[in-house]
Amino acid sequence: MSNAAALAAQPAASGIKPKLSQDDRIMRGFILMVGVWMTVTVLLPLYAMLSKSFENHDGVFTGIANYIEYFSTPALFYSIENSLFIAIVSTFFTITLAFIFAYGLTRSCIPGKAVFKSIALIPILAPSLLPAISFVYFFGKQGIINEVLMGNEIYGPIGIVMGEVFYTFPHALMILITALSTADGRLYEAAISLRASPMKTFFTVTLPGIKYGLISAIFVVFTLVITDFGIPKVIGGQYNVLATDIYKQVIGQQNFQMGAVVSVVLLFPAIIAFVVDRIVQRKQVALLTARAVPYEPKPLLSFDGIMFAYCCLIGFLIIAVLAMACYASFITFWPYNMTLSLKNYNFDVMDGGGWESFFNSIRMASYTAVIGTIIIFTGAYMVEKAKGFGAVRGTIQFLCILPMAVPGMVLGLAYIFFFNHPDNPLNFIYGTMAILVICTVSHFYTVSHLTAMTALKQMDPEFEAVSASLKVPFFKTFIRVTVPVCMPAILDISIYLFVNAMTTVSAVIFLYSTETNLASVAALNMDDAGDVAPAAAMCMMIVYASATVRIGHALLTRGLAQRTQRWRKR
Amino acid sequence: MLNKLSSFKMTKLVTVAAAAAFVFGVGVKAHAETLTVYTAVEAEDLKKYAARFNEDHPDIEIKWVRDSTGIVTAKLLAEKNNPQADVVWGLAATSLMLLGNEGMLQAYAPKGLDKLDPKFRDSANPPSWTGMDAWVASICVNTVEAAKYNLPTPRKWRDLLNSAYKGHIIMPNPNSSGTGFLDVSSWLQLFGEGGGWTFMDGLHENIARYTHSGSKPCKLAASGEIPIGISFAFRGAKSKAAGAPLDIIIPEEGIGWDMEATSIIKGTKKLAAAKTLVDWSVGEKANKMYNEGYAVIGITALAKPVEHFPPEVASKMIDNDFKWAASNRSRILAEWQARYDSKSDPK
Repeated sequence: MSNAAALAAQPAASGIKPKLSQDDRIMRGFILMVGVWMTVTVLLPLYAMLSKSFENHDGVFTGIANYIEYFSTPALFYSIENSLFIAIVSTFFTITLAFIFAYGLTRSCIPGKAVFKSIALIPILAPSLLPAISFVYFFGKQGIINEVLMGNEIYGPIGIVMGEVFYTFPHALMILITALSTADGRLYEAAISLRASPMKTFFTVTLPGIKYGLISAIFVVFTLVITDFGIPKVIGGQYNVLATDIYKQVIGQQNFQMGAVVSVVLLFPAIIAFVVDRIVQRKQVALLTARAVPYEPKPLLSFDGIMFAYCCLIGFLIIAVLAMACYASFITFWPYNMTLSLKNYNFDVMDGGGWESFFNSIRMASYTAVIGTIIIFTGAYMVEKAKGFGAVRGTIQFLCILPMAVPGMVLGLAYIFFFNHPDNPLNFIYGTMAILVICTVSHFYTVSHLTAMTALKQMDPEFEAVSASLKVPFFKTFIRVTVPVCMPAILDISIYLFVNAMTTVSAVIFLYSTETNLASVAALNMDDAGDVAPAAAMCMMIVYASATVRIGHALLTRGLAQRTQRWRKR
Repeated sequence: MLNKLSSFKMTKLVTVAAAAAFVFGVGVKAHAETLTVYTAVEAEDLKKYAARFNEDHPDIEIKWVRDSTGIVTAKLLAEKNNPQADVVWGLAATSLMLLGNEGMLQAYAPKGLDKLDPKFRDSANPPSWTGMDAWVASICVNTVEAAKYNLPTPRKWRDLLNSAYKGHIIMPNPNSSGTGFLDVSSWLQLFGEGGGWTFMDGLHENIARYTHSGSKPCKLAASGEIPIGISFAFRGAKSKAAGAPLDIIIPEEGIGWDMEATSIIKGTKKLAAAKTLVDWSVGEKANKMYNEGYAVIGITALAKPVEHFPPEVASKMIDNDFKWAASNRSRILAEWQARYDSKSDPK
C-alpha cells in the first residue's frame, strides 16, 4: 500500500514504467472521449467539406475542376484581393488606434482608466452587424452626417473598414494592454540615465518589449476581419469579399460545391495567420524576471492631457455608434416619421422568426455556456493533468487549438455536409438546437481551452500527487479542489461562450431551422429584407442581454473571489 | 461532508442530464396530422394563411418553415436525399421547376384544377405544381428623393438608361434574388438576348449597388436611402400603405413576373393530408385570400383590385417563358456575374 502511494507520488521520474492506476485508466478514457468529440465536431466536418470541393453537382469526384472554374471566374477570385485589402487596412487602423489607447491606459496617469476600459470593451457585446447598421444612419443617404464622407459611398470598402475597426478594437486592446502592462521599469530608468530621447526609448525599449503581443494582436485582428461576415453583408454594397461569396454561392445559388471551394480558399489566410501566431507564441519568453521592477508611469501634464483627450474621443465614438443604433431602433419610419415608437420591436410581423428568435438565442447561449464549459474545462483538465500518454495528449492538444483557424462560415458549411448526410448516424441532430450548440462550442473552443489550460497550469501539481497518495479518486480532487480554485477561469469561459453565442452569425447562418431561429441571424435577415431599423432593434436586444449577463458575471466573480480565492492573498 | 458532496454531485449530474435532454430531445410532437410546410410567403401573412385553412380543416396542423425564396430553395435542395418538407406552399414557380428537374416533386392534380388559369399550372399532366398568385416586377420611386435630385419619373425600362439616374438606382442581384432573376429574364425576353444585355450594360452604369434580397430595393426607396428601387409591386404597395412617399411604376414595355406556387414533396409520409392542403390551396377561398395582397391570382375570374396596386399590372405581364428561363438560368446567371459582379468593372 505504501509502495503504491510512493509510486504515484513520483510519476515516471524513475524511468520505470509505472503500472496504470484506476485513475489513469479513467483519465485516459476521458482523453479519448475528448479526442472523439474533436474528431466528430471539427475534423470530420472539415474533411467532408474538403472532399465536397472536389466533387461535381452529382457527387462524382472531379479533381480540381471546381478550383479551375473558381480561378477562371474573375468575379470570384477578385474577392481574394478585396478580402486581403480590407483585412490589411482594417488591421492597420485597429492596431494603431488600440495601441495608443492601450498605451494611455498603461503608461500614463490619466484618471478614469477603468471606465475607459469598460467602454472600450462594449463592442464585444454586440453582433458585428451593429456598427454597420449604425453607420448607415450616420453616413447613408439619409444619414445625419453623411456630408463627412464628401460624396463617397458608405456602402463599400469605407463602410466595411470602419465597421471592422469598431468590431475588432476591443480584441486588439485586450492583448495590447496585457503586453504593455508587463514592462521592466529598470530598462526605462536605464534609458533615462543614458539620456535617450522618448522617441528612442519607445523604439528601443517599449516596442521590442511588446513585440510578441503586438504580433499576436495583428494576427488576431487580421483573422477576425478576413473571416467576418456580418459587416460586409450589411454595408459592403458592391464590394465582394470571400465570406459573403460563400453565402452567395450557397444561399443565393445553391452551389454547394463552389461554396466549399471558396471556403477552402478562405481557410488559407486564416491558417497562415494561425500558424505564424503559434510560432511567435512559442518564442515568447518570460519578460519579467524575479529582479524586474514593475514600470510605474509618472505624471506628465502634457502627455497625460493628450492621452486623456484621445481616450475621451475614442470612448465617445464607441458610445456614439451604439447610441445611434439604439436611437434608430425607436424611430417610427426614418426619415419621414421621426416620432419615437416601439414599432420596430414588433418582431413577430417581420422576417427572421420574431421574438422567439431572441429567446432561442438566450437558450442557445445558455446551453453553450453550461455544456461548453463542462466539456472544455474537463477536457483541458484531462489533457493537462493526465500522466504519460504523451502522443495522444499532444494530438488532442493540437485538435483543441485547431478550431481557432477555422472561420465560422467554413465550419457552418462543413456541418451541413457532414451532419446532413443521410448515412450519418448523427443526422438526427440536423436542424435542432443541439447542432447549433455543438457548432458554437466548437467554433469558440480554442480560446476557452487556452484559458482553462492557463488556470490549470497555475495550480500546483502537488494537489494531485497528495490526493493520489491519500487514495482520493481524482474526480473528487477535481470537484473539491480544482474546480473551486479555477472558478474565476471557469466563469470567464462560460461568459465568453455565452456572449459569443449571442452575437455569432457566421457559423450558425447555415444551421438554424425555423424552430431554432436566432436573434443575430434574425437581425441579418431583417436587414437583408430592407427592415434596417428592426435589425438595429434586434441588435440592441442582443447587447442588452449580453450586458446583463456580463454585469451579473462581474458581481458573481467579485463575490466568488472573496469566497474561493482568499488563498491567493497572504 | 461526504453526504453533502455526493448530493452536490447528484444535483449537478441531474442538472446536466436535464440540460442534455432538453437540448438533444428534439420535440417529438405526436400529432398524426401535422404537415411540415416550406414557404417563402411574407412572414406577416403566415398566421392568416394557416388560420383560414384551419377554418375548413381543423384536424391538420401546419408547421411553417419560412425563409426567403433563395434560402428555402437551397434548403430543399440540400435535403434532397432526406426531405423534411411535406408540402411547399408559396415558393417561386421557377424554384419549383428546379426541384422538379431534380425529381423532388410529387405530381398531383388537385380538385378544382380546371378553374385555374392555364398559366398557373405545370403543363404536365398531372401537374407537379399549381400557381397561387403572380408576383410582378415594378419600379418603386421615392417622390421626395426624386424631386430632391430633379429626377424625372421613369415610365419605361429604357428611361432608366438616362444618365440623370446615375447612382440613384438599386436592383436585386439575380444570383441571390428571385425578383432579380425575373427582371433579368424578362429583359432578355423583351429586348432579345443581345438587346437585353445591351440594356443591362447601360443600366449597370446607373446602378448604385445590387442587393441580395428582392424586397430590399423597394424598402430602401421607401426609406429614402435611394430614389429608385427595382423590386416587385406587392412590396411597393405594402410600403406605400405604411406611409412611404412612393410611386409604383409599371414600365410600359411590360414586366417580368413569377408565381407563388404549391407542390407536394415526393416521398412524404402524409400524402393524404398533403393532398387535402393542396386541394384547398387552389380553391376559391384560398384565391380570395391571395387576392388580399396580390392583384393577379390563379382563378382570374375572382380577382379584385388591390389598394395601392397599379391597376394595369395584369395587362403588362409579359408572356413569360418559364421553361426557357429555368433551363437557361445558370447560363444567364454566369453571364450576369461575369459582366456586373466583379470589381474590375468601372464603378
